[in-house]
Amino acid sequence: MNRYSKVLVAGTAVLALTLSAACGGGGNDSDSDSGNAAKAEFNAALTKVYNPSEKKGGTIRLANSGDWDSLDPGDTYYGYSWNFLRLYGRSLLMFKPVPGAEGNQLVPDLAEGMGVPSEGGKTWTYKIRQGVKYEDGTPVKAADVKYAVLRTFDRVLFPRGPEYFRAFLNIPASYNGPFKSKGVNTDAGISTPDDNTVVFHLKSAFGGFDYLAALSQTVPVPQAKDTGAKYKEHVLSTGPYMFDQNNPGKNFTLKRNPNWDPASDPNRKALPDAYDVQLNVNADDIDNRLLSGDLDIDVAGTGVQPAALGRVVGDPALKASSDNPVLPRLWYTSINPTVAPLDKIDCRKAIEYAADKTGYQTAYGGPLAGGDIATTILPPMIPGYKKFDLYPSADGKGDVAKAKEALTACGQPNGFETNISYRSERPKEKAAAESLQQSLGRVGIKLTLKPYPQGDYFTQYAGNPPFVKNNKLGLVVNGWGADWNDGFGFLSQIVDSRVIKEAGGSSNTSVRIPQVDQMLDKAIAETDQAKRDAQWGPIDERVMQEAVILPGVYAKSILVRPKTLTNVFVSDAYNMYDYLSLGVA
Amino acid sequence: MIAYIIRRLVAAVGLLFIISAATFSIFYLVPRLAGSSSETLAARYVGRAATPETIGQVAEQLGFNDPIWLQYGRWVKGIFTGAEYDYGAGIERCPAPCFGYSFITGQPVWPDLIDRLSVTLSLAIGAAILWLAMGLTIGAVSALRRGSILDRAAMTFSLAGVSLPIFFTGMIGLLVFSYQLGITAPGGTYTPFTENPGEWFYALLLPWIVLALQFSAQYARLTRAGMLETMGEDYIRTARAKGLRERDVNVKHGMRAALTPILTIFGLDFGLLLGGAILTEQVFSLPGLGKYAVDAITNNDLPKVLGVTLMAAFFVVIANLVVDLLYAVVDPRVRVG
Amino acid sequence: MPDGHPFLEVKDLKVHFPTDDGVVRSVDGLSFKLERGRTLGIVGESGSGKSVTSLGIMGLYNKRNADVSGEIWLDGDELVNAGSETVRKLRGDKMAMIFQDPLSSMHPYYTIGRQIIEAYRVHHKVSKQVARKHAVDMLGRVGIPQPDRRVDDYPHQFSGGMRQRAMIAMALVNDPQLLIADEPTTALDVTVQAQILDLMHDLQSEFNSALIVITHDLGVVAELADDVLVMYGGRCVEFGGATTIFERPEHPYTWGLLGSMPRMDRPNLDRLIPIPGLPPSLINLPSGCAFHPRCRFEPRTGGLGSTVRPELVRAGGSNHLVRCHLPTEERQRIWAEEVKPELEA
Repeated sequence: MNRYSKVLVAGTAVLALTLSAACGGGGNDSDSDSGNAAKAEFNAALTKVYNPSEKKGGTIRLANSGDWDSLDPGDTYYGYSWNFLRLYGRSLLMFKPVPGAEGNQLVPDLAEGMGVPSEGGKTWTYKIRQGVKYEDGTPVKAADVKYAVLRTFDRVLFPRGPEYFRAFLNIPASYNGPFKSKGVNTDAGISTPDDNTVVFHLKSAFGGFDYLAALSQTVPVPQAKDTGAKYKEHVLSTGPYMFDQNNPGKNFTLKRNPNWDPASDPNRKALPDAYDVQLNVNADDIDNRLLSGDLDIDVAGTGVQPAALGRVVGDPALKASSDNPVLPRLWYTSINPTVAPLDKIDCRKAIEYAADKTGYQTAYGGPLAGGDIATTILPPMIPGYKKFDLYPSADGKGDVAKAKEALTACGQPNGFETNISYRSERPKEKAAAESLQQSLGRVGIKLTLKPYPQGDYFTQYAGNPPFVKNNKLGLVVNGWGADWNDGFGFLSQIVDSRVIKEAGGSSNTSVRIPQVDQMLDKAIAETDQAKRDAQWGPIDERVMQEAVILPGVYAKSILVRPKTLTNVFVSDAYNMYDYLSLGVA
Repeated sequence: MIAYIIRRLVAAVGLLFIISAATFSIFYLVPRLAGSSSETLAARYVGRAATPETIGQVAEQLGFNDPIWLQYGRWVKGIFTGAEYDYGAGIERCPAPCFGYSFITGQPVWPDLIDRLSVTLSLAIGAAILWLAMGLTIGAVSALRRGSILDRAAMTFSLAGVSLPIFFTGMIGLLVFSYQLGITAPGGTYTPFTENPGEWFYALLLPWIVLALQFSAQYARLTRAGMLETMGEDYIRTARAKGLRERDVNVKHGMRAALTPILTIFGLDFGLLLGGAILTEQVFSLPGLGKYAVDAITNNDLPKVLGVTLMAAFFVVIANLVVDLLYAVVDPRVRVG
Repeated sequence: MPDGHPFLEVKDLKVHFPTDDGVVRSVDGLSFKLERGRTLGIVGESGSGKSVTSLGIMGLYNKRNADVSGEIWLDGDELVNAGSETVRKLRGDKMAMIFQDPLSSMHPYYTIGRQIIEAYRVHHKVSKQVARKHAVDMLGRVGIPQPDRRVDDYPHQFSGGMRQRAMIAMALVNDPQLLIADEPTTALDVTVQAQILDLMHDLQSEFNSALIVITHDLGVVAELADDVLVMYGGRCVEFGGATTIFERPEHPYTWGLLGSMPRMDRPNLDRLIPIPGLPPSLINLPSGCAFHPRCRFEPRTGGLGSTVRPELVRAGGSNHLVRCHLPTEERQRIWAEEVKPELEA
């Protein structure tokens, strides 16, 4: 496996995304007129705009329980960050800021229109919109977009962003960005025939390049103003807001950008006058402040902490002012066929049958905060999701009789002993492991708990094949979330046997099915979008037939809906509130 | 005396070196012993899904491939002679004392420390004034009215104060006074004194009270015990025999002597607090040294961890020295003859 | 005696301390008189109530844990029932006290000078400078060399003897008419003891004050006292002129004291005869004569000693009182024929 394979695999995921966005996602039919007012009820902002308004003014107060990975659009890899930075940065394309499934659709932002492919998808051309200016009044040029993308090739200065451009653009591997590779001609990768045109030249055809054009890494950076690693301290704004104060690690504020022209921007409402973001705020305190109205948004968008969860779920008034979006994330347990007697399929099936999924769900916080019981690998919102349950049981509590049958079939009628690993810092994973210990114990499968530190969980322990074998880690408590709501992006890292490395580091610890690898390759090669999506479900089902993954729950989060804000809705692209459209009531 | 202070300071510097070396070793050696490579260390400072190449470059950039003594030596050198930081568009000179740059944010650590210190200092000084005022008064009054209802109430209060942890009193305080009654500031609203003294006071009021509550409880008990002991001393009887008013006997003769051991404890407590009131800053999201330390450790940000550890150690060492020197001022018997 | 009233008169003084174990009767009905220029020595073992007596006179007991009754007349003023503020104003001014251990009795954090100045300024509205001058004078008068320099020293910088001189200076700074010295020389070595006693004697004559010396050391009493009051179990067991008490003591306890204490005027310091037994519990005094369990002459009282509490009655000498069941002649005979030869052997 060469060093690019992982990026290539991940990059191809974007291709699949193109398809998913084009066919809408399915199932979600309520992306109706966003002018509809919603009542203050549970999930009121999930598919509709809650409290719509065009009122301008006010300050939106946000807080982050940690530090921002980076405010530099070229150096950030968090959904909330991409969601937020649209306030001060305009990428070529963007996700449409509307509620419902339409929110996964791409629309032009800095570019006039969608990318124009040529050479069969090897070349992509974007026209820069006229009249877009930086906060200092200078107009945005195509060269600034080129420069912005090129600078992300410097992995020392900007190590945090995704690496798709490096994988796809026709730029030599030795290129290390404009600071280190001075004077290198990169026109073979990105060319700017005039000030308003930027052309991307790929190594090979890629139909989903528009998704790369929507990455924050295409937010323009004027070369003369680039301060390298210090640029994140003051990003030159192209959006409706610009940095006012920035105290790294503590807080920053955005104020209106006088050089932003609404005429050049069909997507942004720019209602409030300012944004005030506090960093490194105590997570429990954030929840309390949200509930009391002292704070509007928990910017990380991952939901309330366990401490506040009980209050929110238990108090009807508080529950009515919360939303419960499903996340593109599965909490599951890998069943490793490399550890005897799990090399026998019936022994693995015994685990699938015996597991009490309600216990698993409780371990992660119950139906609201934890999520829905999972019977497949793909979460339901991923396009191509197919509903099935190969190991059914009443209420998901496990089928003891079937499990015993399976045990007899694999020659272990009285059960067997094996180990289950989990990340020691994660109490929910510990609870899940304990729940399995209990439910599998019903059929004589005895589990020993093995906690490992999460920092090295995949590199040293549960993701390291020799370690798994030598330490008889039959079961590995695991979890996976995708960057985008897409079938291939979701599946490839956890069911493709080729991502497993002997040195460790892979999330996939248990799935080694040659047929599945072939099915994945076939799906990527498929050019028809609908046909591609149709292939994810069968792959999911094929993996489940082998009983090497025990799905636990499809994750959900509880978001506290801001009381005093307008235009509140959950973005389907980011699975949290859309930060671009909010206003102050 | 001067020689004594110099000797103590030299010892302090040595101690700080040992502390920094230990911190450094814990950061590098413990993961290595668990089997990590320099790449595993560097993987903490890149984005998700970074390629091995990126991780390798970052490891090289952060110097993880060099032997640990070289990395440590570089860091120590930076403190004395300053260092240079290549931020891509240019080279930034980080003047001595240069505690390095954050692995995460690329910010120099030293200005951060100074900035955070002002918050911790604000918190510590305000709380100290409160807890001394409350603790000494309550303690002295209970001692002088020993066995009274007042004494019993005060000691019950102080037992509660000592036993209740700050993350409990702080959370309850926030919930009741900030979120339900709305009379104190919610967490995370700190404003520097130089910007707006009113806001500064408003934001710190509850943290002061919560922190002072815990300490004043402890100080009330100490003061009470000290006063009870002192008031039984022969010189108190002498003071009365001279015809002094009871108030003067209590304050000038009783308190004065009872406060000496409390001064020692106070100096150490205050020095420890200057290194960061970790729980209080965490609960109230105050951007002080304690919060800085927690964030740094959470993020495995070694330069920050080293910087804040050294700063905290420095304050403890200095507080010890100041206490020893002050003791000589307060108690003439300790003075070098 | 200008108007027939004695300068200090203590009548039936009782100082009781209620405790969980019972009432401690530290002083239980003590009466005596003292004139200016005269010295009364109060002697007794530890726990005999002598120190409590002095604290009682000075009003230095804590009203919350002590019951005080009786009368104390000082120059026409009654103190026991007077307001605490009245007594405070007299304290340190008209009556002053010298304590046993000058090191623990002086505040370790303040200079000698400051403590004397404080004592002076409580009762005199003068500036610190004036008070300081007074303090320096006073230190000079008690024999401290270079008083203007030593005035700024701390107690721990003084030697034991010097500290006691400073203590005396502090007590005398307001020219008290009554001076109570509680074991003034106990903590000092022998040569210094003599100097301090001389000093006190000289100062007393100079100020013409009344002096009460409380001690267990009969040597001190012999040196200073005009009258001697022997206390046992919170009561006076013998009272008389110093000569009477030393030459013709009549109480077996006094005999015991004479035999058990080293005296500078006695040749055989190594021949001490301790009083057998322990001092009585002040909560449960022995029935009858409080001293009877330790008295080797008790069998000669015909059973009275252990049953009937003896009264303080007139004894052989002039103005001589004793609390003993033995007949006067018997006591005088025992002293002359049995005890005295023993002591002088």
